[in-house]
Amino acid sequence: MLTYAFKRILWVIPVMIGVSLIVFSLMRVFSPDPAPIVLGQHATQEATDAWRAEKGLDEPVYVQYWTYLTGAVHGDLGVSYYSNTAVAHEIRARFPATIELAVAAIIFASLVGILLGVLAAVKKNSLFDAASMLVALVGISIPIFWLGIMMIMLFSGYLHLLPTGGRINVLLEPPKVTGFYLIDSLLAADWAAFKDALIHLILPALTLGMYSMAIITRMTRSTMLDTLNQDYIRTGRAKGISEVKVIGKHALRNSMIPVTTVIGLQFGALLGGALLTESVFAWPGIGKFTVDSILKSDFPMVQGIVLLIAVIFVLVNLAADLMYAFLDPRIKYGSKKSG
Amino acid sequence: MSELELAPATDETFHEKPDNQWLEMWRSLVANRAALVSLAFIGLLALIAVFGPYLVPYNPVETDMAHALKSPSAQHWFGTDQLGMDIFSRVIVGARVSLTVGILAVMIAMTVGVILGSIAGYVGGRVDTVIMRLMDIMLAIPSILLAITLMAALGKGIDKAVIAIGLVSIPEYARIVRSNTLSIKENDYVAAARIVGNSNARIIARHVLPNALSVIIVRTTLGMSSAILDLAALGFLGMGVQPPQAEWGDMLGRARGFIFQAPYTLFFPGMAITLTVLAFNLLGDGLRDAFDPKSRVK
Repeated sequence: MLTYAFKRILWVIPVMIGVSLIVFSLMRVFSPDPAPIVLGQHATQEATDAWRAEKGLDEPVYVQYWTYLTGAVHGDLGVSYYSNTAVAHEIRARFPATIELAVAAIIFASLVGILLGVLAAVKKNSLFDAASMLVALVGISIPIFWLGIMMIMLFSGYLHLLPTGGRINVLLEPPKVTGFYLIDSLLAADWAAFKDALIHLILPALTLGMYSMAIITRMTRSTMLDTLNQDYIRTGRAKGISEVKVIGKHALRNSMIPVTTVIGLQFGALLGGALLTESVFAWPGIGKFTVDSILKSDFPMVQGIVLLIAVIFVLVNLAADLMYAFLDPRIKYGSKKSG
Repeated sequence: MSELELAPATDETFHEKPDNQWLEMWRSLVANRAALVSLAFIGLLALIAVFGPYLVPYNPVETDMAHALKSPSAQHWFGTDQLGMDIFSRVIVGARVSLTVGILAVMIAMTVGVILGSIAGYVGGRVDTVIMRLMDIMLAIPSILLAITLMAALGKGIDKAVIAIGLVSIPEYARIVRSNTLSIKENDYVAAARIVGNSNARIIARHVLPNALSVIIVRTTLGMSSAILDLAALGFLGMGVQPPQAEWGDMLGRARGFIFQAPYTLFFPGMAITLTVLAFNLLGDGLRDAFDPKSRVK
């Protein structure tokens, strides 16, 4: 188990180098020259040359990559072509918003997904089962940005219940400690800010979490059905253990092992979905910023963001894998058996 | 008398076992009402994609500012958009774009993914490691982010979208085909084929892939839904088609400012995407059940 964990953790390094290589070559080798985009079409040749020299773009590509890679290892992701601030700084300013949104979304997706999945499995072939499966099916089929638009139309436009976008009323913004508004407002004991941050969070979190919720529902239902067919469940029932206990204690716990992995995978996928959700809800996180940076050819920014998202994605998946190996006693990795 | 007639028929069915599997699968698929309806819907969609552009009531790219943002009516079934273009006509024409991109992107992803996956699974060893690690690296970047970055490098346009969406879906196919190849190559008939002296390429083509066909078909069907969703997302972010070409995601992206003023500009294109994706998902689920004898018994 330890050997397996160690190998998996070490593997993160070549993956990250691979990711940096892919993004770097996409941006610097295949993308059009950023100079006319950044400096404008009418920049003089001297200005363009000077700018390219300043950004190191006149050096051979492999030198550029080496500079970038050694910088990234030391936490230096370069400087934005536009604002001239450090990429790491720009990312740090926006990242808490995205994480707050993604965490809220995964909490919604896990709670509702597991609940629907378990109930659907227990009441197999009932109306409830059919309805849950329909919800899950629509959840994986609906484009996330259109779902967001429809939510705004319904809850903001017709019902006037929730705000159309943004993260908080600017007047209520809590003093920055963690960057997570829900936590910061609690730390400041500012209930008005907490409530405002919360109502701003609801629609984007529901939208972003819907796809994962659907996946988790389907997964929970199918593993739960498998578990309920196991002998030990029948034994438990035969022994006269109450149905609630059979399901809640024995079936649920064993079904949760594969579901944990799926939740981990989904959290990574949410970071991709955040790109679109943030765009719809004007959420000031990393997602919308990424799209804008790509459209503006802000190479250092794009490289930094993609690298960071990949790091999180890989680490979350790694955690999910290790947890799976840890939770499931049947899985033994490494050479323990032979050695 | 009747027994005599039955005898040869039984013999024949025994001979044509492989065909019968497909027939049985087909029967099981048709018995699944949701899958059948989806199949019919996809068929209709294909007809719309082929003939739609000749049947639309208005020129889908003709602006008419005098009639901009008109609510749905007898003249304009789905209303008109901010430039006065007929939304119904644009939704119809958009079907061709979505289906074409979906099919082409899936074909790219499937071809490359199947080749890489079967080689990795069949050859194993270092080749397997290299191919699958490469897939891991691609999977480390959320697919939509990778697709957007690719689009930034390649530039706008439908052809670029096909490439971007196709490339990012390769790992899914490679993974599935690899794991199937691993189990198929353990079979005696593969060993027999090898002993007789067949080349690896021939064994993969003749024995491995036909046996992995069912999973590839299911993956391809589900792959259509993700390709159509990805295209819509690219369009929504303004990286898909060149205006004024009609594409569902692009229509949504351009009309989003009119969310309260003219909700119908956003409702119909989104509905078109959702129903199309839903149909492919349902068909994929149905195919999976039909191919899987275990679930068929249930």
